[in-house]
Amino acid sequence: MTFNSGSFILQVAALLIVLAALHKPLGVYLARVFVGTTSSRPERLFYRLAGVDATTDQTWSVYLRSVLAFSAVSILAVFGLQRLQGVLPGRGSLPGVDPWIAMNTAISFVTNTNWQTYVPEATVGIFVQMALLAVQNFLSAAVGIVVVVALIRGIARTRTQRLGNFWVDLARTTFRVLLPLAFIAAIVMVLGGVVQNFWPTDVTNHAAGISQSIPGGPVASQEAIKELGTNGGGYFNANSAHPFENPNALISLFEVFLLLLIPSALPYAFGRMVGDQRQGYTVAAVMGILWLASTALMGWAVSTGQGTATAAAGGLGEGFEQRLGPAPSAIFATATTLTSTGAVNVAHDSLPPLAGGVAMVNMMLGEVAPGGTGSGLYGLLILSIISVFIAGLMVGRTPEYLGKKIGPTEMKLAAMYILVTPTVVLALAGITVLLPDAMANAPATGPHQFSEVLYAFTSGANNNGSAFGGITTSGPYLSTMMGLAMLLGRFLPIVLVLALAGSLARQAKIPASAGTVPTHGPLFGGLLLGVTVIMTALSYFPALALGPLAEGLLK
Amino acid sequence: MNALTGYLRQAGTAVRFLLFATLVLGVAYPLAVFGAGQLIAPYQANGSIIRDSAGTPAASALIAQVSTTDAGAQDPRWFHARPSAVKWDPASSSASNLGPNDPTLLDTVTANRTAVAAAEGISKDQVPADAVTASGSGLDPDISPAYAKLQVRRVAAARHLSADTVMSLVTKHTTSGLTAFLGQPSVNVTALNVDLSATAQAK
Repeated sequence: MTFNSGSFILQVAALLIVLAALHKPLGVYLARVFVGTTSSRPERLFYRLAGVDATTDQTWSVYLRSVLAFSAVSILAVFGLQRLQGVLPGRGSLPGVDPWIAMNTAISFVTNTNWQTYVPEATVGIFVQMALLAVQNFLSAAVGIVVVVALIRGIARTRTQRLGNFWVDLARTTFRVLLPLAFIAAIVMVLGGVVQNFWPTDVTNHAAGISQSIPGGPVASQEAIKELGTNGGGYFNANSAHPFENPNALISLFEVFLLLLIPSALPYAFGRMVGDQRQGYTVAAVMGILWLASTALMGWAVSTGQGTATAAAGGLGEGFEQRLGPAPSAIFATATTLTSTGAVNVAHDSLPPLAGGVAMVNMMLGEVAPGGTGSGLYGLLILSIISVFIAGLMVGRTPEYLGKKIGPTEMKLAAMYILVTPTVVLALAGITVLLPDAMANAPATGPHQFSEVLYAFTSGANNNGSAFGGITTSGPYLSTMMGLAMLLGRFLPIVLVLALAGSLARQAKIPASAGTVPTHGPLFGGLLLGVTVIMTALSYFPALALGPLAEGLLK
Repeated sequence: MNALTGYLRQAGTAVRFLLFATLVLGVAYPLAVFGAGQLIAPYQANGSIIRDSAGTPAASALIAQVSTTDAGAQDPRWFHARPSAVKWDPASSSASNLGPNDPTLLDTVTANRTAVAAAEGISKDQVPADAVTASGSGLDPDISPAYAKLQVRRVAAARHLSADTVMSLVTKHTTSGLTAFLGQPSVNVTALNVDLSATAQAK
């Protein structure tokens, strides 16, 4: 298969144009959802049924408590009901899910990771897919968004303990933003060929003497929110490479558009909520530049067609779908790892070594370009705080961000945020490579085996969910370690972000002075870009050198 | 104690929130998409099922359908699909997930190349990459136009059709236009084979 550069460039340009056209209307709409005070009649009914007091404004610690309680209840519910699948309807002949797999899957979907240690076709029926997994696709995406909304409120508000109401934010994000967009997207997908029914269809080609049972299921409804909510857990094992999830190159491009849509509109909502649109555009520009650079790098790395097996095959092909081919696969692979999506339309394990490396670097950047729904923006806002701190050191002033002093408390929280994920990734991957029994689950040899493990923990702790699929993580050890990586990688940063939001909200706004480092414009954007890349490089370079760089650069 | 009761109260809200959200997101939403899909695009929503000349459902246009010989090779009377890590079983889906330098993969593609060259009666360097590599899903219904052309002679001979007739069927099932430009031009083997049996019967 040949890499079609013209098609590649035009598709990237088309994405840029459409996202640029939509970021403002969607950003305005998002901001209105988050600052609005009135509830619609169905929402009031929903609050009454759910026992939500919509009038309370929570402190950061109560807001956090709500996030954690909701996530814990969700994990227990998804775990428990998977275990009970054997007595539930809509399962075909499938029994209850294995406890290790059920645990890993519950954590995976609640943390917005959607790591697929389970093989859907052989493990979960329609009920689990529809009422557990797809529901968490909505709610985990919404949790990411409400956390960044709380952080933005912390920046925008002054002299208050109050960050908003988690339950109201969650309901509004889900019902006013995600649900309508997902419905429209699902309809587009059905029109494009994605399945949406509840039964398999038996077909027989008499002339050839073949009978098949063609699978069915609520695929389009799940596929739409899977991309829109940057989730990534496929209805089928092959994920977006499966023809029923991704029937043609046009739908493939649409899926990339969907997974970039909300994260690329959130900076505009941020600018609007803090009353300074330049702030939003600076953040958006950094996201855009990183996305373009990474996409170009991925395109190049894929087009090299490196690898002895690839050369023997006469070019790219292993793990690719014919109707998609290299260009759409490179675009998808970049977008899915720069957001926290992790859906795949090509087998990442079979990509040329440096392309697999680019996918890992994308996740290691902290998935901030444009990142997961909400989590991408809060990641980049933390990096902005680190950047003003560094700038403050250079000019010898007390750092401040949007009128809030960045004191020791704020810096400790921001620094811990930056350290948490790399620590989890490197510690758990490091422990795993020392255990021969665990390594037997990654059947590759040499640097590629290390890459499979490094990729898994990078993906888990960054809540991405894509994989070098050769590794098997369904056993007790790896399912637990991956579960741990996903939990720590999701909730430690959320604790720190909400604590930071609380600490910023308490402060009075200090007026900008001559010594204030402006946090907008090319100078700050460049600094933010540099900080983001350097932080990643410092944390991960040695690990990358042992995996994809060793495989890709050594002959 | 205060924190504990706080958590318990939050957990109570969480349970109720999750329950009612599930009714909307996990039941009403997929049913609404199902209803709309059956109304406006029933063919796609039900799996793009194509029928044979007698009107019976013969295959899904999106899923590979491969008839194998007892030895496990693809039946020479039909156009061949790409290699599959799941033996084209629609009850599963997977890539090989072998790395680009993997020795097993190297052996497999080399063996595939020899087999395809022998089956088509061509030299090994004429075999295109899609013919020797397993697809991402294992259910890929498409092959490259180059691989389809290579198979015309064998299929025409096996079905006692002229090469021109078979080639015109290949052309008919080759994608063009926007999707071919965004992805790459492809020949849908599943639809081609269903059409082929209709043509062979009509003759």
